[in-house]
Amino acid sequence: MNTATALSTIDWVPVAPFIALSVLGFLIMLIGLYFPRIYRETLGTIALIGLAITFFLVLQNWGGPRYAFSNTIVGDKFSTVFNGLFVIGAALTILLSLNSQENRYVLYADYFTVIIFATAGMVLMSAGTHLLTIFLGLETLSIALYVLAGFRRENEFSLESAFKYFLLGAFASGFLLYGIAFVYGATGSAEIQAVTQWIQQNGLTGSWMLPVGFLLLFIGLGFKLAIFPFHMWAPDVYQGAPTPISAFMATGSKAAAFAALLRIAVGTQSYAALGWEQVLWIIAVASMTVGNIIALRQDNIKRMLAYSSIAHAGYILVGFIANNELGHSGMLFYLLSYTFMNIGAFGVISYLSTADHEFVTLQDMRGLAYRRPFAAIAMAVFMFSLAGIPPTAGFISKFYIFSAAVKAGYVWLVILGVINSMISLYYYLGVIVQMFMSATDEKAPVPAAQQPAVALALVVSIFAVLGLGIFPSRWLAVFMEMARSFI
Amino acid sequence: MTDFPILTTITVLPALGALALLFFPKESEKGQKLFALLVTLVTFILSIPIYFNFDANTSAFQFVERYSWIEALGANYYVGIDGISLFMVLLTTFLSPLIILSSWTAIRKSVKGFLVSMLLLETGMLGVFISLDLLLFYVFWEAMLIPMYFIIGIWGGERRIYAAVKFFIYTMVGSLLMLVALIVMYLYVGRETGNYTFDYLVFREYLLPAGLQTWLFLAFGLSFAIKVPIFPFHTWLPDAHVEAPTAGSVVLAGVLLKMGTYGFLRFCLPLFPNASSQFAPLISILAVIGILYGAWVAMVQPDMKKLVAYSSVSHLGFVMLGIFTFTHQGLQGGLIQMVNHGLSTGALFLIVGMIYERRHTRLIADFGGLAKQLPIFTTFFMIVTLSSIGLPGLNGFIGEFLVLLGAFQTNQILTVFAASGVIFAAVYMLWMFRRVMFGPVTHEENKTLTDLNLREITVLVPIVIFIVWIGVWAQPFLGKMETSVDNLIRLVDAKKTAVLQMNDQHMWARGDK
Repeated sequence: MNTATALSTIDWVPVAPFIALSVLGFLIMLIGLYFPRIYRETLGTIALIGLAITFFLVLQNWGGPRYAFSNTIVGDKFSTVFNGLFVIGAALTILLSLNSQENRYVLYADYFTVIIFATAGMVLMSAGTHLLTIFLGLETLSIALYVLAGFRRENEFSLESAFKYFLLGAFASGFLLYGIAFVYGATGSAEIQAVTQWIQQNGLTGSWMLPVGFLLLFIGLGFKLAIFPFHMWAPDVYQGAPTPISAFMATGSKAAAFAALLRIAVGTQSYAALGWEQVLWIIAVASMTVGNIIALRQDNIKRMLAYSSIAHAGYILVGFIANNELGHSGMLFYLLSYTFMNIGAFGVISYLSTADHEFVTLQDMRGLAYRRPFAAIAMAVFMFSLAGIPPTAGFISKFYIFSAAVKAGYVWLVILGVINSMISLYYYLGVIVQMFMSATDEKAPVPAAQQPAVALALVVSIFAVLGLGIFPSRWLAVFMEMARSFI
Repeated sequence: MTDFPILTTITVLPALGALALLFFPKESEKGQKLFALLVTLVTFILSIPIYFNFDANTSAFQFVERYSWIEALGANYYVGIDGISLFMVLLTTFLSPLIILSSWTAIRKSVKGFLVSMLLLETGMLGVFISLDLLLFYVFWEAMLIPMYFIIGIWGGERRIYAAVKFFIYTMVGSLLMLVALIVMYLYVGRETGNYTFDYLVFREYLLPAGLQTWLFLAFGLSFAIKVPIFPFHTWLPDAHVEAPTAGSVVLAGVLLKMGTYGFLRFCLPLFPNASSQFAPLISILAVIGILYGAWVAMVQPDMKKLVAYSSVSHLGFVMLGIFTFTHQGLQGGLIQMVNHGLSTGALFLIVGMIYERRHTRLIADFGGLAKQLPIFTTFFMIVTLSSIGLPGLNGFIGEFLVLLGAFQTNQILTVFAASGVIFAAVYMLWMFRRVMFGPVTHEENKTLTDLNLREITVLVPIVIFIVWIGVWAQPFLGKMETSVDNLIRLVDAKKTAVLQMNDQHMWARGDK
């Protein structure tokens, strides 16, 4: 076949976001090479402009499905929504990284390049319709994150973080790849449509290899989701990684793993057929409970947020278990809200930290409201939202997910989820107590000077958290439409 | 004029005021206070026409506004008031400026934050009373916790953090169970009728099966019971009251506690009538225990504020008793008692706050013989004390009398016990009054106390006017709530019978097989 004609028949729209991100990544890398003394603000602006263009390209995929590259990539409502989320997450992460104090020694061009590549990986994970495409995305994402986690090279925790994440991540990739092999072995294809057809014709019990394959796939993604019992790495990794990266991992990477999970389990309609609801039920409850209870005892806010992210993965899993339109759109709404509130919460830490002192323990936060009212109020908004109190996005998210679960008949799961929300309240309030109700320590460290870029990210997140909480209608409608097109 | 969105205006105005306050320069504390006072005053003045335009001849909701809010879920911004919520709204707008005025000198630390919290709190409270959409109600119900949490936790006394966290977590535990019940009800009614909505009126018309009612009642009821608080869920209240600043205590006693009783009236009774009457004996007993227990514990308190706090438990027992008689008198008595308690106990907290500001102690033992020093203060304190113990001619009497009248029709023995609560109230209140006001002056510091200033008198006079007014001529108040109360009783009865018949039919059908 003539290469030229082959190229002309390709539908470029579904791949455009991925290509844009790749070009952007290389562009920033080259700029860094040729202009090593470029201001990081300039680099950040270029990255943000590039992300804005990508966002525009992402939106072009609304509708569909449009397949490209021999049915390995799709542009549909599902991928549009998820990719939009990833790009927003990446943009906020870049804003947080334009922190003038904390990452003083970081090589910004490399750093931004890797963030952009990680985002490209996420995009592949949500748009992939071939298991190998999804794997490719996951690896691109993971390798980028290993690098990012270790970016504070002078800090031993950062190195520990990177190494731990690398070892466990490689392990998880192994599971995923093995799972793909089993699915391929059973059905003769790794293309999601083909697998679906095979299941429709032969059923899941046709081959023992298929359930085993799905189990392995689930375990592989479970590591990325940081759900119980695959959550062990999260606290150490989040604690050691640069703060913006912790936020990026907790939101974007988790969302990407959920995208892949939905695409594989629900897209092939194997979830309903497998009948693993009971197991997932236990995993969801265990994730919430373990995350929340251990978070109660944390003095380090980054570790606390890590445990809380395990719990939140559990809540989101509730929407997955419900397995109805309400549940799937609820997951999306939750992930979007979570992106803002979690990046916001990490952002406040980043906003206050200096090169010498990471502003991360509860003691550091004492009396913050009287020293830095803006940071304290921002943190309070994010804490209330993470705790799920109206009128914030966190409330609507939980409400939506829980409604879906009740609708699917899981009343007890919801009651346990609600009890977990009560437990979590205690540690989220703990941060607020320290900031607003305790007097400042004499020896308290001095927070960083004003940092406009981080402040901008915080303001955007506050508006998003309150906006999604008070006027959720439009977004719920969009996600509902996505969920309907998806099943 | 009738189309003017008055409810939204008064609800949003304080929040807008709070937003505007954020842009005030930090140093201009006086300007901030004046501005907050102005905002609450304007809100109150705007709310007065609601009373006059309120049509007492209909039980339908009035001043209704409805806009689409979350279409995907069928939730609307849907507000309106009837005879039950009318006075709660007015009580809130009435107390708010007084509260701001009362904290003029008491609050020294971050004044701006305090005023912002107060204004947001007013918005939250009004929102709770006007919401006719259950999701909207829930949002206001929870959101209102946040400012109150800060008010206790930042401007409170020594153990404020403990009290604030306890307040928050207690209330949240109840609320979250209510949330689950709300979801269950929403989906059940949606599935049965095909109309997924949070519209209060739809739920009010719908007949829920008796079994489901029990569970929903328990979940909603627990949430409201904690808020009221009904014995044995009251333990957060003394802590919160004692630690909160005066303004916080006034809001808490004046309005927040009423949300619990209001919740029973608005939701539990009409939505779960069978469960309500099923649980009525239990709740009545708990209410009477609350009346007696609150009174006895109040009697032995050395701290004036704690005494008033426990007296709240006792007074709200009367309200609950009245509501769960399902009689005309009982319900009206309960409703008017809600207003009365807001006025009297609110005023008592203000008075305790005023004396605390002078002496920095609230222990009864530290006072004595104040009457000679502080004649104006004594006069106000006397009137409010008498109102609180239900002296005929003042407001407290009307409410308690009606409640007991209603209760007597349903359960005489309980009524006897409840009535003895009135006597105990006289004992603890008058005893405290005597120890604080009369006798020799035993402490040197008390000789130099100054009497109330003009600002403090301005705070108390409006409350006293209403205390006397309701006591002497309650008709303007009772008249406005009559139709709604009657309608509520009728509705509860009709639904109860209909649900029972529905069950009978089911049984009949099963027997037929």
